[in-house]
Amino acid sequence: MTRYIAQRLLILPLLMVIYSFVIFLIIQAPPGDFLTAYVATLASSGSSISADQIAALRHQYGLDQPFLVQYFLWMQNLLHGDFGLSLEYQRPNADLISEQLGLTLALALFSFVLTWAIAVPAGIYSATHPRSLIDHVLTVINYVGVATPNFMLALILMWLAFAYFDINVSGLFSPEFVDAPWSFARVGDLLFHIWLPGLVLGIAGTARLSRIMRANLLDELNKPYVVTARAKGMREWRLVLRYPVRLAFNPLVSTIGWYLPALFSGSLIVATVMNLPNIGPLLLRALINQDMYLAGGILLIYSFLTIVGTLLSDVLLALLDPRIRVES
Amino acid sequence: MPLTRIAIEGAVNQQTPLLQVRDLRVSFQLDEGVVRAVDGTSFDVMPGQVLGIVGESGCGKSVTMKAILQLVDRPGRIDTGEIKFLRSDGETVDLVKLPPRGAMIRQIRGGEIALIPQEPMASFSPVHTVGDQIIEAILLHSHRWEQGGRKISKREARKITIGLFRDVGISMPEQRVDAYSWQLSGGLRQRAMIAMALSCKPRLLIADEPTTAIDVTTQAQVLALLRDLQVKYNTAIIFITHDLGVIAQMASYVVVMYLGRVMEQGPVDAIFHAPKHPYTRALLRSIPSMYGQTRVALPVISGTLPHPFNRPPGCPFHPRCADVMPACSVGVPRLMPVGDDQLASCFLHHNEAEPV
Ligand SMILES: Nc1ncnc2c1ncn2[C@@H]1O[C@H](COP(=O)(O)OP(=O)(O)OP(=O)(O)O)[C@@H](O)[C@H]1O
Ligand code: SF4
Ligand SMILES: [Mg+2]
Repeated sequence: MTRYIAQRLLILPLLMVIYSFVIFLIIQAPPGDFLTAYVATLASSGSSISADQIAALRHQYGLDQPFLVQYFLWMQNLLHGDFGLSLEYQRPNADLISEQLGLTLALALFSFVLTWAIAVPAGIYSATHPRSLIDHVLTVINYVGVATPNFMLALILMWLAFAYFDINVSGLFSPEFVDAPWSFARVGDLLFHIWLPGLVLGIAGTARLSRIMRANLLDELNKPYVVTARAKGMREWRLVLRYPVRLAFNPLVSTIGWYLPALFSGSLIVATVMNLPNIGPLLLRALINQDMYLAGGILLIYSFLTIVGTLLSDVLLALLDPRIRVES
Repeated sequence: MPLTRIAIEGAVNQQTPLLQVRDLRVSFQLDEGVVRAVDGTSFDVMPGQVLGIVGESGCGKSVTMKAILQLVDRPGRIDTGEIKFLRSDGETVDLVKLPPRGAMIRQIRGGEIALIPQEPMASFSPVHTVGDQIIEAILLHSHRWEQGGRKISKREARKITIGLFRDVGISMPEQRVDAYSWQLSGGLRQRAMIAMALSCKPRLLIADEPTTAIDVTTQAQVLALLRDLQVKYNTAIIFITHDLGVIAQMASYVVVMYLGRVMEQGPVDAIFHAPKHPYTRALLRSIPSMYGQTRVALPVISGTLPHPFNRPPGCPFHPRCADVMPACSVGVPRLMPVGDDQLASCFLHHNEAEPV
């Protein structure tokens, strides 16, 4: 087991190198560069810049270097923990990202926990009471949850909150706390505001997860070992939790890997609509303006989270399932 | 008192039966229609007796056994019937009347009636060690092991489990308790299952085809083991199989089932040497040599098994019966005494039909 984890950890740097190359390829792929985009923006606002100035800037940013040279320079800096300078904001990318990363992570984790806390019990109830009234109600809610785009849900909820309760639920903070330094009051304010975006971001996942839980558990409940456990004289709810739920859970655990990064990237539209301090809009802007080192940095963090998430779910799965643990 | 009951009680000796199944009916309400899996089955199990049940696949053997423990899967349910069980305190309870999740049936399950399920391969949870699952059973019914009213601990339960493993012939029991079921061979898994069933000293053991999934040599060992244990603890056993050879080795009394009904029952000698029912005769005729082979799958009888939704009217066997008469497709023959100690449901031997 320890060896298995160690092996996986050793591959991690290699994967990161491969990912970084692919990312660089992709952010370089659109025609032109930051400066062409910059010139276009200037032109649309009526001002202009001389060709000489552009050439000078291009040289200064290293944009005139061959692709591979640019990549190696980028990697070299990254290895020293330097994410480079944002071409657009003229500030260190590391600062720009870390300003958003904390809250993005907090929101993602919150909605992740909320998703599991709702989906798993709901799935268990549905599977143990199939075709009951509550099962049917949950099924309908789930279909609506999967089918409603989350930004629309966000708009509806925001409108309801504003129209009927007169509260403004956009953002993660009340206006007076947006730029305030961290304090207990600010954390409290965050906890008050995080529910709605957390729910909006998690609702589709919750619906999907509880459907999976229901289907898995229904399968497991038909397995002979459940009859064995009943024939021992166990209490029904105890045996359901101890045996079939445990087994129905395993396939869910392997979804954690892709679920975590999906929460980050999936939040773009919602974050824009709800005005959340979130990494999604930052990435979108960076991509539009071809602010390539900023975009690259964010994408690298996404990839890192994906790899870590996968590793995490593999380790969890091995811990839960002796069939995997013993074989690895 | 219904006729069948008088008939059955007259046919066996005066001892009180451990288990009396009377006119049991279990059906499954499916979207496609109703499956009458058990359709009026009656038999007795005497204390310490080995009762063999034979019948083709799908004739309702497993469903009958699940009904005894109130374990019929959704959407199945027990429609009517009685299952009287003589508890260890001398009380007789009707298991059909007990709430399936209530305390009393849970005491009886595992504690007084144990089940060796039909699929030994999948009958242990793959993510818990076999030892854990057996220890759990012992702790659930720990009063059956207590000495002087003292609760037994988990460590003692583990010791008991190791002892049971030794009893059922599992080598290296100390290591095997910590194994997962998929780490054990088929034979070992079956032995572990038997150990679990015996773990609470049941008075009735239901073995649902305990030897189908294992090879011939192991099969013989498992059968010998069950016989030894039966003698040692005087446990009554209901032994279900397709294999008439195994019945001949194991059972003292035989019940022959067809489409959820008992066709014939009687002592093993009478059934093998003087079968009364055409179905039993057909079964026996098609075995080449009864004692020559250990494993004989139930022989093919002319005609096909009717579709579960499409039960024939009258005698369930009449579309395939060689001796069929006009009356056979009208009334359902009852299970009645035939000869000294046998019962058969066939109009060749009596004229009693089930009330419509
Ligand atoms: N869960 C279920 N849902 C629907 N029908 C069922 C179910 N379980 C059993 N049946 C039906 O009940 C009938 C009897 O099944 P049962 O399992 O008792 O047969 P069996 O005699 O044990 O056969 P085998 O020798 O193959 O084990 C079958 O016709 C089957 O279709
Ligand atoms: S009742 Fe008729 S059909 Fe049925 S077994 Fe007897 S003779 Fe055959
Ligand atoms: Mg069966």
